[in-house]
Amino acid sequence: MKVKRSVSFYIYQVFNTIVLTLMALSCILPILHVFAMSLSSSSAAMAGRVGFVPVEFSLKAYEYLISKKDFFHSVSISLARVLVGTVFNMAIIAITAYPLSRSSRQFRARTAYMAYFAVTMFIGGGLIPTYMVIKNLHLLDSFWVLILPSAMSIWNVIIMMNFIKGLPRAIEEAAFVDGANHWQTLIKVILPMSKPSLASLLLFSMIGHWNAWFDGMFYMNNPNNYPMATYLATQVINNNQTMTNMTPEQLALLSSLSEKTVRSAQMFIAIIPILVVYPFLQKFFVKGITVGSVKE
Amino acid sequence: MADVKKEKKKKGLYKTRELHVMLLPAVIFTAVFAYLPMFGLIMAFQDFKPLLGFARSKFVGFDQFSYIFTMPSFRQAFVNTFIIAFFKIILSILVPLILSLMLNEVVKSWFKRSVQTIVFIPYFFSWAILAGMLLEIFAYDGIINNVLQSLFNIEPIAFLVSNKYFRTIIIASDVWKGMGYNTVLLLAAITNVDAALYEAARVDGASRWQQVLHVTLPSILPMVAVLTVLGLGGILNAGFEQILVMYNPTVEKTVDILDTLVYRLGIAGHQYSAAAAMGLFKSIVSLIFVGLSYWILYKKSDYRVF
Repeated sequence: MKVKRSVSFYIYQVFNTIVLTLMALSCILPILHVFAMSLSSSSAAMAGRVGFVPVEFSLKAYEYLISKKDFFHSVSISLARVLVGTVFNMAIIAITAYPLSRSSRQFRARTAYMAYFAVTMFIGGGLIPTYMVIKNLHLLDSFWVLILPSAMSIWNVIIMMNFIKGLPRAIEEAAFVDGANHWQTLIKVILPMSKPSLASLLLFSMIGHWNAWFDGMFYMNNPNNYPMATYLATQVINNNQTMTNMTPEQLALLSSLSEKTVRSAQMFIAIIPILVVYPFLQKFFVKGITVGSVKE
Repeated sequence: MADVKKEKKKKGLYKTRELHVMLLPAVIFTAVFAYLPMFGLIMAFQDFKPLLGFARSKFVGFDQFSYIFTMPSFRQAFVNTFIIAFFKIILSILVPLILSLMLNEVVKSWFKRSVQTIVFIPYFFSWAILAGMLLEIFAYDGIINNVLQSLFNIEPIAFLVSNKYFRTIIIASDVWKGMGYNTVLLLAAITNVDAALYEAARVDGASRWQQVLHVTLPSILPMVAVLTVLGLGGILNAGFEQILVMYNPTVEKTVDILDTLVYRLGIAGHQYSAAAAMGLFKSIVSLIFVGLSYWILYKKSDYRVF
C-alpha cells in the first residue's frame, strides 16, 4: 500500500515538473526567439530557419537601427517620459496620500475629498470626450500630454494611503509634539518610513510609463513625437492593416519583405529595461500585492 | 461661549490648511482630466461638430443612441465583448489556480521560485511589444507554423486572419500575460493555510489529492470568489489595448469589441457624437456590473475596496 502510494506520488511529481517547465518555457522562449532573430542574418530570418539560437550571426539589424535614428529618437522620448512622469506621479502620490491618511476626526474634509476622487474610479468621460478636452487644452502633440493626464492615479494613492495608515502613530505624534508641521512630518517622518511602498510604486510608475503606447498614438499627430512603445505599436498596427484581403501566399511574401530582424531588434531593446528592473521589482512586488490588494 | 467656539473653529481650520494645500494639485488634475471629460459627454446628445464646439453644436436628444443601436457592428461588438471578457475572466482565475496548486506540490524550492519568477515576466511587458512578438510567432511563416509543419506535417495556417483561431489567440495570450499575478496571490494564500489542518487530514488517512480537495481548495475559495466577482465587474472590458494593437479588419466579426469600435468610429470615422454615445452606453452598463460585484462582495464577504 505504502509503496504504491509513493509510486503515484513520484509519477505526479514528474507530471507536475513537466507541466510547470512548459509553462515557464512559454514565457521564456518567445523572448529567446526574438533575441535570436535580432542577431541572425536577414536571409536566415526570412527563410524561417531561426529558432532559439542566432543563425548566421549578424549585428546588421542593430547597426541599421542606429543609422536610421528614428527608433532611438523614440527611445529618448520614452526615457524623458519615464523620468518626468515618474517624478510627477510620485510627488502627487506622496502629497495626496498623506492628507487622505488622516482620520476624518483630525481632518474633517477628508470624506469629501475621498468621495471627489473615488467617483473617478467608476465614472469617466470616455475616449472621445477626453480627446476633445485635451484638444481644447492645446495639449495635442505636446510632450506633456504623456505626463499630465496620468499624473494623478487614485488607485496608487489608495495603496499609499493604506500603507501610511498602517504605520505606527506614535512617531508622527512625537514629531507634532516637537512642533513639526504637516510638510515636515510628511517629508522627515512618513516618507522615510514608507520606503518599501514607495519603491514598488516607483517601479510600477516607471514600467507603466515605459510601456504606455495608446496615449502617444491617440494624442500625437506627428510620428516624431511618438514614444518608443507607440512607435512599435503603430508599426504592428500598420502591418496588420496591410495584411487584410490577402491570400496566404501574399501574406507570406509580405512578412518576408518587411525586416524581421530589425523588428526583432527593436522589440528586444524595448524589453531590456524591464528585464533589468525586474529582479528588484520581484522583491518588492510579491510582498506588495500579497499584503496590499486582497484581504481575506 | 460663542467666541470660544469660533476660536476653536479657526484653530481647526489652521491646523488643516496645509492638508488642503497638499491636496490641491490632485484636485486640479482630477478636475481637468477626469471631471471635464464627463461634462464633455453632453456631446453624446448632440450632433457634435469640432468647428462649432460644445456650445454651438446642435442638440439631438437620444438620436445618437437609436442610431448606434441599429448598427449591426455594434451588436456584434457587444456580443464579442461579452464572449472575450467572459473567457478571459474565468481562465485568468482558473489557470493561476491550477498553477499555484501545482507549484505548491513542488518539493524543490529553487524550482518553485524560478517558475514563479518566470511566469510573472510577461505581465510587465507592454502589449505594444507582446503583440509584435505574438504576431511574429503566429505569422503564416512564423515559428509555430514551422514547427507544426516539420513535426506533424500540417499545412501552414493563417492564424492572424482567421476568424476560427484569432479570438482564441487573443484570449489565451491575455491569460498567459496575466497568469503570474494571480498565481503569486493564490500561492501566498495557499502557503498561509494552517498546517494543523493538513496534519488532521493526514491523521484521518487523507491522500495528498484528498488534502488538496478538502483542505487547500476550501481554504482559498473565499479569495477565488473575491477575484472572480471583482473580475466579473469588468465584463465589458475585454482588453482594449491588446485588441487595438493586434486587430486587423479580416477578424472584425470575431474580435471587434465595444472599445475598439468606439475608437474607430470616433477617430477614423469622425462620428464623434455616435462614438461618445456608445462609450457612454458602455460605461453605464459597466457601472451596473461593477456596482453589482462590489455589492455582492459587501454582502457576502468582508472584503472592502476602500
